[in-house]
Amino acid sequence: MSFIKKPRITKGLPQNGLGLSIVDYEGAMSTLCAGCGHDSISAAIIQAYFELEIEPHRVAKVSGIGCSSKTPTYFLRPAHGFNSVHGRMPSIVTGANAANRDLHYIGVSGDGDSLSIGLGQFCHAIRRNVNMLYVLENNGVYGLTKGQFSASTDIGSTARKGGAVNQQPPIDPVLTAINFGCTFVARGFSGDKQSLVPLLKAAIQHPGFALLDVISPCVTFNDHEGSTKSYAYTRESERTTVYADFIPSREPIETDLVQDVTTVTLHDGSRIALRKVDDDYNPFDAGAATAYIRDHQDQGEIVTGLLYMDEEAQDLHAMNNTPNTPLNALEPSKLIPGAAKLAALQKAWR
Amino acid sequence: MKPTDTSDPRYYHKVVDCQWGCPAHTDVPEYIRMIAQGRYTDAYLLNRRSNVFPAILGRVCDRPCEPACRRVRVEEEPVAICRLKRVAADLADDIRSHLPAVPAKKNGKRIACIGAGCASLTVANDLLPLGYEIVMFEQFDQAGGLMRTNIPAFRLPAQVLDDEISMIVELGVDLRLGHRIDSMAALLEEDFAAVFVGTGAPRGKDLDLPGRQETERIHIGIDWLESVAFEHTDHIGERVLIIGVGNTAMDCCRTALRLGGESVKVMARKPRGYFKASPWELEDAEEEKVEIIVNHSPKAFVVDGGQLKGMTFDHLEYHVDADGNLQSTVIDEVFVACDDVILAIGQENAFPWIERDLGIVFDEWDVPKVDKATFESTRQGIFFGGDSAFGPENIIWAVEHGHQAAISIHKHCSGDPVAKRLSHGMNLLSTKMSLHEWSFSNDYDPSNRRRMRHVELKQRFDELNIEVELGFSAEQFVTEVKRCLNCDIQTEFTAKLCIECDACIDVCPVRCLTIIENGDRTDLVQRLNTPVTNPDAPFFVSDSLPQTSRVMIKDENLCVHCALCAERCPTGAWDMRKSELLIPYAIDEEVAACNQKTG
Ligand SMILES: Cc1cc2nc3c(=O)[nH]c(=O)nc-3n(C[C@H](O)[C@H](O)[C@H](O)COP(=O)(O)OP(=O)(O)OC[C@H]3O[C@@H](n4cnc5c(N)ncnc54)[C@H](O)[C@@H]3O)c2cc1C
Ligand SMILES: Cc1ncc(C[n+]2csc(CCOP(=O)(O)OP(=O)(O)O)c2C)c(N)n1
Ligand code: SF4
Ligand code: SF4
Ligand code: SF4
Ligand SMILES: [Mg+2]
Repeated sequence: MSFIKKPRITKGLPQNGLGLSIVDYEGAMSTLCAGCGHDSISAAIIQAYFELEIEPHRVAKVSGIGCSSKTPTYFLRPAHGFNSVHGRMPSIVTGANAANRDLHYIGVSGDGDSLSIGLGQFCHAIRRNVNMLYVLENNGVYGLTKGQFSASTDIGSTARKGGAVNQQPPIDPVLTAINFGCTFVARGFSGDKQSLVPLLKAAIQHPGFALLDVISPCVTFNDHEGSTKSYAYTRESERTTVYADFIPSREPIETDLVQDVTTVTLHDGSRIALRKVDDDYNPFDAGAATAYIRDHQDQGEIVTGLLYMDEEAQDLHAMNNTPNTPLNALEPSKLIPGAAKLAALQKAWR
Repeated sequence: MKPTDTSDPRYYHKVVDCQWGCPAHTDVPEYIRMIAQGRYTDAYLLNRRSNVFPAILGRVCDRPCEPACRRVRVEEEPVAICRLKRVAADLADDIRSHLPAVPAKKNGKRIACIGAGCASLTVANDLLPLGYEIVMFEQFDQAGGLMRTNIPAFRLPAQVLDDEISMIVELGVDLRLGHRIDSMAALLEEDFAAVFVGTGAPRGKDLDLPGRQETERIHIGIDWLESVAFEHTDHIGERVLIIGVGNTAMDCCRTALRLGGESVKVMARKPRGYFKASPWELEDAEEEKVEIIVNHSPKAFVVDGGQLKGMTFDHLEYHVDADGNLQSTVIDEVFVACDDVILAIGQENAFPWIERDLGIVFDEWDVPKVDKATFESTRQGIFFGGDSAFGPENIIWAVEHGHQAAISIHKHCSGDPVAKRLSHGMNLLSTKMSLHEWSFSNDYDPSNRRRMRHVELKQRFDELNIEVELGFSAEQFVTEVKRCLNCDIQTEFTAKLCIECDACIDVCPVRCLTIIENGDRTDLVQRLNTPVTNPDAPFFVSDSLPQTSRVMIKDENLCVHCALCAERCPTGAWDMRKSELLIPYAIDEEVAACNQKTG
């Protein structure tokens, strides 16, 4: 980590439609190890919210425990924040989102936080289709506790020191999410912002649970030869299947883009343009997507891009029939129907 | 693009904007650091090596370094480079014992320097330590040239001048004061190994309008300032018009205020923004309540019975035409009453004392042909420098000319070709002390430029020679030095160590780094994280990176030298290295020649 304050220099910086420059989307100086993939993801998040012209204070950032879970401090300084217990970020977001549906929710987690202690929470937030961006910063180790294998470590992957070889099969967050009916599933790489920023933008605007699994090398404990989550290995094995470009509703689609492009229109009129690299890939078919990802996994390839989406599904609020006004903005008289209403309700169940 | 060769001294030299902007390439960031460390004498000596007159220049330098300063890319105003030089000079110990020793045994070569201005003095400064005998001829009774005769003492006190001039003279100049050279041919009869002409641009331009010859109350600016300096003039009328709006005009109007002028008007032909005067000189004049009247073109002097009544002007209106040129139309004619007029509309060289049959070729404007690198005229062994070479400039250019002419004179006297000179060299040294510790302060200080303290207005006019600027207080310069961005601490990149983790790119506060596929320059600049705004600035392209064969690009224009990229880099691919430009002077040529002889 660095000890000096990052110079705040705004002269000549471009501004977005809100009159904010990218500096207004930054956070505190990172205390992570120099070269950690998580820092690049934070930079991509800053870029994405800046480009989407979302007011930073309209965002709530929530996390659990881990190096990855520390990162919300390093972006969107004016946003709401909650650093929760290990693996419990999804419940906090679910609760917050239930109470105030008007904020943009971003949950940041790690492979340890999501796939070990928090696996149950992860799966249920998906099932509820909580409208949130879930960033899983996947480095294949417990970084914060000094590099133990995690539930995403591949079989055969070696520890940095001591020669331990992982024997247990990994949990793939992408396949898990598709299995549980996740409505937006994507994978990126911290070292490839050109793809990551558009994926983040699409995920933020997706009206439901959006999982973004980002391979994010741990330079300190998992960037050696023998690791399958190192910078070098990921670069060799990455195979991007579907590029996603986010197009705000105010911008027309350029016609030369339309070739080989499928566009999905979101509820607010913005669109996601999907550019497929493999013709036979179908990001709207969960079964085919699963098979494809698995096949390539067997060939030692890491499939990245926008892998699956379902824009029709209902989110938490639709399923529960909640009003459009956030619950926390309702009059107490409306929010708390009173003893008489409760008695009537209970009577109906007798 | 091909990978950038950062071992070429020109590359990093250009990154140090102030040093690049300074005609004498003063090592500004290093002297500012020395001041920060309380090493005032070292700071003075470092300055003196390149600019010879730190105390003088710390007050009156034209400071081309400041508009160039990187600080203006991040906020409004540059580092007060010039006034920090004065801090070094004010606080330095007596430095005479640090001056290079002058050998008692001379090398037998006598050099004539004509004029005792800053150009000639620099030649003497550089050549005396090599054993040359310097004979300096000066028409006036005091040395210093325009610094003495034209720059008013309220900007540059005589004592400061005396001090720095005597430092050179005491090295052993054979100074012949009150000795005007009236014939070059006669001088060449004498036994000089080389001649340096440092006579300046002594002729002030006149304004030939009706009435010009009918009164004594129209003065030529530089002559008038000279007569004030020599105390031949101690008085002026109450209403004074200054014609012209350059730096000479600023000195004239401020001097007029001190000699009895009550209403002093500077008459400008053009609108603001087209003035020749430096912004700070204008500011100081206006602070003293000088009135600047724009869009007035002189038409005639109105003289009645031998008495100057005033002047008539065309009052102009300007507009910019389709080609972007400024066009004027006359709206009316106005009369402005006055008691005196001072003409400050420019200077020219004049060489009535150089015979035209000596092999010194003069061009169509009657200016000698002088080589831009060697300062040699068309006659071997005769050199020009300072204002005499290419017309009026300023002190710091005159000093640089002096350094270069000294090298040429030494080469000429050694029988070597004058054009074959040492080129700049560079030292590049890591500043890394430990993980996040550097041998320089990289913590960005957002403070604004400190305001110079001035003597109260009333007090200024009590006495002609009272210095207006008080210099920076200790509190002020302690803050001001921290504004320097350490542009000489370079980000040196080693491509083979880079793992492309993007850490540097993400942390960089000005987003001046990009990793992309290589291409030609026009293509590359379109794909950078931050668009290029200054195409002249150095642009770094690395060797191809090990993992993806892409390249690291850096737009040096934006970098604030905060070292965060190097702090964030997990592999040490970025290092902060101090670049030191090695500038050869006459003495270095001598050392190099000796080394060559001894192998
Ligand atoms: C009013 C005014 C204000 C200025 N203010 C500044 C300023 O603030 N900062 C700045 O950097 N520059 C300033 N300048 C410009 C600067 O003074 C000159 O560029 C600089 O002095 C040039 O130095 P020099 O050595 O070439 O010549 P000069 O300083 O002109 O010296 C030439 C010397 O040669 C002598 N000489 C001439 N002919 C003969 C002869 N035939 N025989 C013997 N001696 C002779 C002259 O008497 C004089 O002493 C100013 C100029 C003027 C006119
Ligand atoms: C309840 C609980 N159990 C265990 C821990 C110890 N612990 C802290 S972080 C962590 C794993 C973090 O791994 P991951 O989520 O992958 O984050 P990374 O540091 O790799 O980004 C563990 C097990 C804890 N803080 N709390
Ligand atoms: S231990 Fe690993 S994950 Fe944690 S900050 Fe360091 S590099 Fe990043
Ligand atoms: S910031 Fe310092 S080193 Fe950089 S140009 Fe300005 S004075 Fe020179
Ligand atoms: S020193 Fe490095 S981080 Fe700082 S501005 Fe320059 S390139 Fe960016
Ligand atoms: Mg982890």
